[in-house]
Amino acid sequence: MLVDALIVLAKAVLALAWTLLLALFLTWVERKESAVIQDRVGANRASVMGLRLFGLFQPLADAIKMFFKEDFTPSFAQRALHRLAPALSFFFVSVTVVAVPFGDTVHLFGRAVPLQVVDLSAAVLFALAMLSLGTYGILVSGWASASRFALIGSLRGAAQLISYEAALGLSLVGLVMVFPSLSLARIVEAQGGLLFGFLPRWGVFLQPLGFAVFYIAGMAGTKRVPFDMPEGESEIIGFYTEYGGLKFGLFMFADFLEVIVLAVLSTTLFFGGWQVPWLGGEGFAFPWGGRLALAPWAVSALRVLAFNLKVLFFCWLQVLTRWTYPRFRYDQVMDLGWKVLVPLGVVNILATGLVLAAR
Amino acid sequence: MASPTRLERSARPGSMLLNMGPSHPAMHGTMRIMLELDAERIVNAECEIGYLHRGFEKTCENKTWFNLLVYTDRLNYVSPLINNLGYAMTVEKMLGVAVPERAQLIRVLVSELSRVADHLTCLAAMAMESGAFTVFLYLIKAREYLWDVVEFTTGARMTTSYIRIGGVRADLHADWRAALAAAVAETRRVLKDVSGLLDNNSIFVGRTRGVGAISREDALSYGWTGPCLRSTGVPYDVRKARPYLVYDRLSFDVPVGENGDNYDRYAVRMREMEQSLRILEQAAALLPDAPPLPDGPVIEPEEAVCRSRRRRAVERVRLPPNLEGSEKERLPGLATSDGPVTVPAKEDTYTTMEGLIGHFLFFMRGKGIRPPKGDVYFSVEGGNGELGFYIVSDGTDRPYRLHLRAPCLHIVSALEELIKGRLVADVIPTFGSLNMIGGEIDR
Repeated sequence: MLVDALIVLAKAVLALAWTLLLALFLTWVERKESAVIQDRVGANRASVMGLRLFGLFQPLADAIKMFFKEDFTPSFAQRALHRLAPALSFFFVSVTVVAVPFGDTVHLFGRAVPLQVVDLSAAVLFALAMLSLGTYGILVSGWASASRFALIGSLRGAAQLISYEAALGLSLVGLVMVFPSLSLARIVEAQGGLLFGFLPRWGVFLQPLGFAVFYIAGMAGTKRVPFDMPEGESEIIGFYTEYGGLKFGLFMFADFLEVIVLAVLSTTLFFGGWQVPWLGGEGFAFPWGGRLALAPWAVSALRVLAFNLKVLFFCWLQVLTRWTYPRFRYDQVMDLGWKVLVPLGVVNILATGLVLAAR
Repeated sequence: MASPTRLERSARPGSMLLNMGPSHPAMHGTMRIMLELDAERIVNAECEIGYLHRGFEKTCENKTWFNLLVYTDRLNYVSPLINNLGYAMTVEKMLGVAVPERAQLIRVLVSELSRVADHLTCLAAMAMESGAFTVFLYLIKAREYLWDVVEFTTGARMTTSYIRIGGVRADLHADWRAALAAAVAETRRVLKDVSGLLDNNSIFVGRTRGVGAISREDALSYGWTGPCLRSTGVPYDVRKARPYLVYDRLSFDVPVGENGDNYDRYAVRMREMEQSLRILEQAAALLPDAPPLPDGPVIEPEEAVCRSRRRRAVERVRLPPNLEGSEKERLPGLATSDGPVTVPAKEDTYTTMEGLIGHFLFFMRGKGIRPPKGDVYFSVEGGNGELGFYIVSDGTDRPYRLHLRAPCLHIVSALEELIKGRLVADVIPTFGSLNMIGGEIDR
């Protein structure tokens, strides 16, 4: 019993550390990728003992800078709420990862350890709920700042997140109908088979429309360009206008975490999670008849690696989008959410239901 | 406690007042827009200018004709060379002097470089404020190449003071052809990239099409000129309407829009840059290479002054780097020789008594450039529109009154009407596409 508890604790620490490190890494990816897109060099000066490593230490330098900045609260702000808001934003987004399986079950010292912090039976709902609760961070920050720009930003943010929550939820209904489970672990396992004998049975192939709606709605949920209504730094400066130092850092970090959460959820729900195409428990079984036997540890390692690579791919894709498009206008975002994505989500449910009923 | 503004007095009790600027990322630090909001909708707006006021016009009354040139650099700080040109040509009109053809071509060349730089900056800021940061950096990259050409020749990127009354200060830099070719090629490449990123981008089109639209009649009655007026379909361009320099010998089109909305202003500017690049190429082809300097020994200025105490030195005098390009042999092509209008050749100042006297006569108080009594208006096509100078001379060594017709002022005065009834987010591309330049509007 104690051992089990310790294992869960260790996995929780591991998952959190992985997420936070990935978020730090993502700040570097964002700097470098935008630099490549824009014909710049990007951050490359931060060094440890003269070692630069393409600016990989820049996130650390940024973190140190954030820590040592003055923790400023405007005199007109509501102090307690002002302090609470970044913590709310950060907390709700960072707990989402506990429900996500990042590998299959490994056998260590005669004990079966699923590579997932907790296998919640309603993990899909849990993830959606946590993403929605992140809205409170935005609302509270805007209200507590007592600044009009922040207030507009937080109202926009709340409206946007709630609207896209509808599309996000609808887009997943079809998926849940296909893989009849709300547990992320079951959904990933269900994506292990093959379609037509060669295509991995991933959610994206069964639910292409569902994925499109999910991904766009998820992008809107990350509040980044082209959906950065709540921030809109050149329009209304954003809901964290009155924040500085580490509190602002937490908001920014929560943004990067949201990017990761979207990448993780896209991977898990639609791209097979830790599944590698044609890789079974004993090794590869290719559709053209070839076989490649692998040791169980190698299979597990490949699966964890595959999960990470898929997540990185989606992070990369989001950064690419962010540096390519201009910003929507608030009413256009609302139109897109309610008039395009929600109807598409409903159509997707109907189509899925018809196909399932016809079978 | 400041007295309440017009907007504050007229605001309905329930609405939210929002103060955009002057400390606001999109207001460039030089403008304040007060908004009365109903949720996100703008019920009423009030624009306030004057945050960059430094008394340009008044200062000019206390500077000699020659000395006040440097103040014109700071008017439209994105295209300073066109301001230099406008001022210099107004004074030339008063004096009635003719400028050598080579100087005219150089003036056309640097004006068009400035015009492209101006449009690039405007669109870059507009794109960045709409969230397209990549477009901003692309456009600014192209501007760097253009400014390389300007910097090689004038020695400065912004405070150029290069176009002087009666001509230009110096000849083009020896490597100008290569630099110009690189700049034109790079700008074309960037314009193609930007067209690809924005022209048919549904987000960008959705944010700009139909937003901030103004009718042709309204635009004319507000006194709009330049790309903003042309976006409404009026083909008014000072370069065509009242050709100056050698523009009548160059072939270029005047692109016009239809709707006068933000998208048209963007499109007109994009197409105008193409035309300016065409002009640049034509002007470069018409410009012969600078005459080579004679061979022979060169001496330092100190040496020349020393020797000339006994007998005029025959050797060429090495000019300091900041005078590079204005050698005595080159001046006839660059500046008029009618009367004491331009700075005399520095070699003569160093080596002859007459030259030294000429130098003093040019710079001494009460001497130098003294246009006859009277008043004159002259305008050139600036980056934003008709840039006009109205100058009254009382025959002394400084203007009696100088008034600048800044194209921005007339354009920005319509901003309140353009944003009324729209959303907060519409202020940004509208304001960006008008290209408000603080240095020009506040004077």
